[in-house]
Amino acid sequence: MAQPLDEIKIGGLGARRRRVEDDRFIRGKGTYVDDIKLPGMLYMEILRSPLAHARIKSIDTSKAWAIPGVRLVLTGEMAAQRNLAWMPTLSYDTQAVLATDKVRFQGQEVACVVADDPYIAKDGCEAIEVEYEPLPVIVNPEQALAPGAPVIRDDKEGQRDNICYQWEIGDKESTDRAFAQADVVSKLKLHYPRSHPSPIECCGSVADYNPATGKLTVYMTTQAPHIIRTAVSLVAELPEHMIRIIAPDIGGGFGNKVPVYPGYVCSILCSILLGKPVKWIEDKSGNLISTGFARDMYLEGELALRRDGKILAVRLDATTDNGAFFADAQPSKFKVGLLHSAFACYDIPYGHLTARGTYTNKAPGGVAYRCSFRVTEAMFFQERMIHAAASDLGMDPAEFRRINLVKDHQFPYRTAFGFLTDSGQYEKCLDVALEAIGYQDFLRQKERAKANGRLLGIGISTMTEPLGAGNSREYDILGIKMFDSAELRVHPTGKAILRTGARSQGQGHETTWAQIVSHELGIPADDVIVEEGDTDTAPFGMGTYASRSTPTAGAAVAMVARKIRAKARKLAAHLLEVSEEDVEWELGRFYVRGAPSRGVTIQECAMAAYSNMPDGMEPGLEGTAYYDPPNLTWPFACYVVTVEVDPETGVWDVLRTVAVDDCGVRINPMIVEGQIMGGLTEAYAMASMQFQTYDAEGNCIGSNYMDYLLPTAWETPGFELHEVVTPCPHHPIGAKGVGECACVGGPAAFVNAVMNAIEDTGVRNIDMPLLPDRVWEAITFRRDVSGAPPVRRD
Amino acid sequence: MEKRQIKVTVNGEPRLVDVEPRLLLVHLLREGLGLTGTHIGCDTTSCGACTVLFDGQPVKSCTMLAVQTDGHEVTTVEGLAKASELDPVQEGFKEEHALQCGFCTSGMMMSAKALLMENPNPTEEDVRWALSGNLCRCTGYQNIVKAVLWAAKKMQSEAAV
Ligand code: FES
Ligand code: FES
Repeated sequence: MAQPLDEIKIGGLGARRRRVEDDRFIRGKGTYVDDIKLPGMLYMEILRSPLAHARIKSIDTSKAWAIPGVRLVLTGEMAAQRNLAWMPTLSYDTQAVLATDKVRFQGQEVACVVADDPYIAKDGCEAIEVEYEPLPVIVNPEQALAPGAPVIRDDKEGQRDNICYQWEIGDKESTDRAFAQADVVSKLKLHYPRSHPSPIECCGSVADYNPATGKLTVYMTTQAPHIIRTAVSLVAELPEHMIRIIAPDIGGGFGNKVPVYPGYVCSILCSILLGKPVKWIEDKSGNLISTGFARDMYLEGELALRRDGKILAVRLDATTDNGAFFADAQPSKFKVGLLHSAFACYDIPYGHLTARGTYTNKAPGGVAYRCSFRVTEAMFFQERMIHAAASDLGMDPAEFRRINLVKDHQFPYRTAFGFLTDSGQYEKCLDVALEAIGYQDFLRQKERAKANGRLLGIGISTMTEPLGAGNSREYDILGIKMFDSAELRVHPTGKAILRTGARSQGQGHETTWAQIVSHELGIPADDVIVEEGDTDTAPFGMGTYASRSTPTAGAAVAMVARKIRAKARKLAAHLLEVSEEDVEWELGRFYVRGAPSRGVTIQECAMAAYSNMPDGMEPGLEGTAYYDPPNLTWPFACYVVTVEVDPETGVWDVLRTVAVDDCGVRINPMIVEGQIMGGLTEAYAMASMQFQTYDAEGNCIGSNYMDYLLPTAWETPGFELHEVVTPCPHHPIGAKGVGECACVGGPAAFVNAVMNAIEDTGVRNIDMPLLPDRVWEAITFRRDVSGAPPVRRD
Repeated sequence: MEKRQIKVTVNGEPRLVDVEPRLLLVHLLREGLGLTGTHIGCDTTSCGACTVLFDGQPVKSCTMLAVQTDGHEVTTVEGLAKASELDPVQEGFKEEHALQCGFCTSGMMMSAKALLMENPNPTEEDVRWALSGNLCRCTGYQNIVKAVLWAAKKMQSEAAV
């Protein structure tokens, strides 16, 4: 009898399989968009507005046209002739491709130049003369909502103010009643600053329109190639089957590469106009000032509390600075993403949430930066409010959480805002984290340190996040329902190729998907190659963001493998000359019930699918699965951070960071841990230094990495990881999303730790980032340091 | 613009190339010589994605003009592995899961290589300092640091044989 397969050895579920994609990257053999070079290719450069708000009086391109090597100078007016001066955003707003009448944020695209080489294209941009008439600038919601504020979006019919949406959810009456009965009402006001996801690779595209075939091929830095293809088809009025979008290796996404940006559209238009391939690669300052902003939300919240620590109700009010165009990448039915997922892990009977979005003279914002839509703001707000409420009650924050966390036996649990959470061991996560950090010990240590004038602090964040955007009932982008797909082809020798509608930007799909196939079929993971990102070959899918790969595409991979297994069973019955009912499955092998030595391997079935199939059976062993998840997945995490704050300087150092993630079944624990560490690094970045600010004229201050601060290996602390595993009940292999949890839940743990360290000052809040001067100000003047980071007026 | 001829040894191979005086080294490598393993992350000397070795020293090739390399030696990520055999730094990155999207990786490895050539037995602090000119947005730095220490160990054990 054959030895049963060892799943870990063949790279199945739970194997710490080394990544297959690494080989090309460590040899410098990856293919990123900027590495694509096509015969006859030209280079495009964008001219951006230096002003945040101005009327364009004139654009003179004659000097640019005169430069040898310049092939095309494209203005908004020319784009308008093709009906392409404006495009729809993913949120049903419109966005200028190239400005015609006005510029509405600094860095907005005004014209572009195509030339023989990128240096000449830059020369061309410099030679364009634009005359602007400056207009009053609005840089925050307060200015935007002020009576008599100039209407930024006067291009929109019927728009008389700067509000782009208003929205509410929850049970107002019951919430009000609960507040009336509360012993204590705890309030907090916060700003989650504007931030840029800033993958190291900027955006770019190589558009290749072939006038002979009419086919348009675009290599593009995109997290969602299929959606882009549909969008391009609608905007450029090209038939969808004549458009091929290829997302090659992508140098990080974090939500930055979900939207459609004017640069992509311009490169496509230029290629169509010239009949030649046109490459556009954004430079870092273009990237930092114009694409993919996130956050920038002002929050006010209240918790109705009973003296014993029970939360009775929550009230939230959010105002978002969306920039000049409402360009959120989000499920369209929820105007502020999933902000109402706030407090989902706490057992709170009532909640009411109001929200509004405003237009300002800043770059379009609201991309889901390493999160599902607005979940980051929701979880940050939640955990900061929990911290503040515990201290208002004079309770231990861990104990306060324990009282209010949803208990294991309460699942499935319906939250006050209507979500159905499915599983979790929230208290256990908290226990593991407190144990790991040595909670009680640290509290004693903190007391001793205080006696010596040292400030230690501990911060906790317990969060859950709705991940895996799908179920088509509730989520869509541009009307296209959210699901995902996988296609598996098993070749005669039992080797296979798998394609999905997702697209890895570093998440390790090539490694992980093969492991799922291996788990389902027993084919060694090394025998499965994974290909993604080419709309001509991949099944239609919604792409990779919102940690939806494993919850949706990964589920589709399992489902397609099961389809293959079902067909292979018929082949096995045929080969073993028994009826299908008598065939049993074990990993990698079918055998006859009651006679386990009589069996055939999955590889033998694969060969038979092409060489020895039963009469009437369709040859081949391949299939496609479209997976529409019944619900989101709800991973849970507990992050605990300890810090020491220097009262003299406001500098704070992280002593330890403990992370306990429950993301269900872990397919490749090594990759999961890598995702968590990456997320914690970004969380630390948000808490400590990373933010984007503007002066009163709307000049973006962080237009390069000297001013837009990201942590390096030098500052970034180490992380200690732990796990709790509660399988997701509705995912085929019990997995949940994970890539974003640490980035979403982490920032509050860092901030809570600093607030805990300085609690004796009575300060309730310092808004992120906790730069030393802000912490110093809080300690020295014993006052909150709140609101947007300073708007420079010099 | 008028071109100048320069002679530069890239990954051990002498090359004669004509370059515009304003051409950046990173563009010579990527566009002129087809060595696309060196990446452009920021074009302002901040991210380190474009790091290569210039006469054995790590430099950011987005901030150097190609003409400055006339008569010098440049090593890129493509020059790290000997034939099919990976450099210990490359192995370390794979072993310790020190990369995700891979975009910063070439530059990270070049900085690591330079460190290990100078200091074969670095402490964690040495590694963190040596890599502080390289940004990574995906991985966090913990595994990258581990990878470099892994490589150092491997190189020491090889040297001991
Ligand atoms: S591209 Fe040279 S340092 Fe960023
Ligand atoms: S691996 Fe993506 S930037 Fe480092």
